[in-house]
Amino acid sequence: MDHQHTASEVTFHHHVPGPENVKRIWKIFWVLLIITVIELGLGLFLWATDFPSWLDLAIKGVIVILSLAKAFYIVSIFMHLGDEIRNMIMTIAVPLMLFIWFIAAFLWDGSSYKNLRNKYDKHFEERTTEKKDAGKH
Amino acid sequence: MMWYFLMSDAFTFGAFLISYGTIRFSQNFWPDPNVVFNAFPGAGHQNLPLAFVSVMTFILIMSSVTMVLAVHEGHRSNRQGVIKWMLWTILGGIAFLLCQAWEWHHLITGEHAVLADGKIEMIGQTMGGNPWGQLVDPAAAQQALAATPPKILAELAHEYPKAGVTGTPKDVSQLIAMIDMEQLHIREKGPIAFGGYFYGITGFHGFHVFSGVIINVVMLLMTMRGVFDRRGHYLMIEKAGLYWHFVDLVWVFVFLCFYLI
Repeated sequence: MDHQHTASEVTFHHHVPGPENVKRIWKIFWVLLIITVIELGLGLFLWATDFPSWLDLAIKGVIVILSLAKAFYIVSIFMHLGDEIRNMIMTIAVPLMLFIWFIAAFLWDGSSYKNLRNKYDKHFEERTTEKKDAGKH
Repeated sequence: MMWYFLMSDAFTFGAFLISYGTIRFSQNFWPDPNVVFNAFPGAGHQNLPLAFVSVMTFILIMSSVTMVLAVHEGHRSNRQGVIKWMLWTILGGIAFLLCQAWEWHHLITGEHAVLADGKIEMIGQTMGGNPWGQLVDPAAAQQALAATPPKILAELAHEYPKAGVTGTPKDVSQLIAMIDMEQLHIREKGPIAFGGYFYGITGFHGFHVFSGVIINVVMLLMTMRGVFDRRGHYLMIEKAGLYWHFVDLVWVFVFLCFYLI
């Protein structure tokens, strides 16, 4: 355990932070809070309005981007990854790129399964497709 | 090494969430989170979509801030400061877990009227049943009421009493007349996978919060005993902090996938 202070993953000995660091922490707190409030507002907006589905999807896209921004702030500021050396950041960030393929491939797969089922199993389609006359509540 | 552990943990959570996404994309209908998560402790039947989960999110963000402040005091080797902020962080973690316990309890035990096999059933949100399907149109609902056992009708009349209708009902049709159909929204059963994914993923996240609280308590005790002062650095607080922020980070995505979209 005592050898850990030599580990290079740590920003510990870089500097002794002063009050400007605390200021930055609270600034990020407000950023996160405001983004969350906007997300909630958009979420409720989706529920309260009856937009065409492409617009619903666009708003959901905005919410996803805002969440990614939140993730960036948490990792980069709260977890201090932004203060690490570049190579260290890359060993974390590059493997995570796998998610781009992972998400696209599997969501595509799910949606393709749905389309095949709707095509060949009309009973499934009729039973589960949203009915037009049933109102939103 | 903490970073690489967290990266592997991120893949575990990512795989869970992507699996949920795949199933969701394969369905024609998925419950609207604003309909599912609309309860608040002590607010009864009031419709408050996303209110309680906002409180939970706020608690977690707040505890992330107190954690980063503890790490900051650690950098300055200020023992009292570390102890103060670690205490707040632990408190936030416990508060979050209590909120989640309430939420789960409410979802599992809160029963909702669903139309199944031509009659009305009362089911909660469990692993085997989902009461958040599509709304049933009023004509079909009326028809289903006639085939529903009186015990459930009495329950509905008690939960959703129609104003102005009182007295002891003599037969089923009078019992049905006592139910306020405006208040009662009968739905079909929704996709069963919803429960498994919701409880599985929020449970796995809750388990991370729980273990984070345990780690933080250990760190607090070590701080209070002066272990880090003797060691000359508060590195362990920083590592516990990384884990705690990761828990907050995962919540960002759980919140996104289950509550917002």
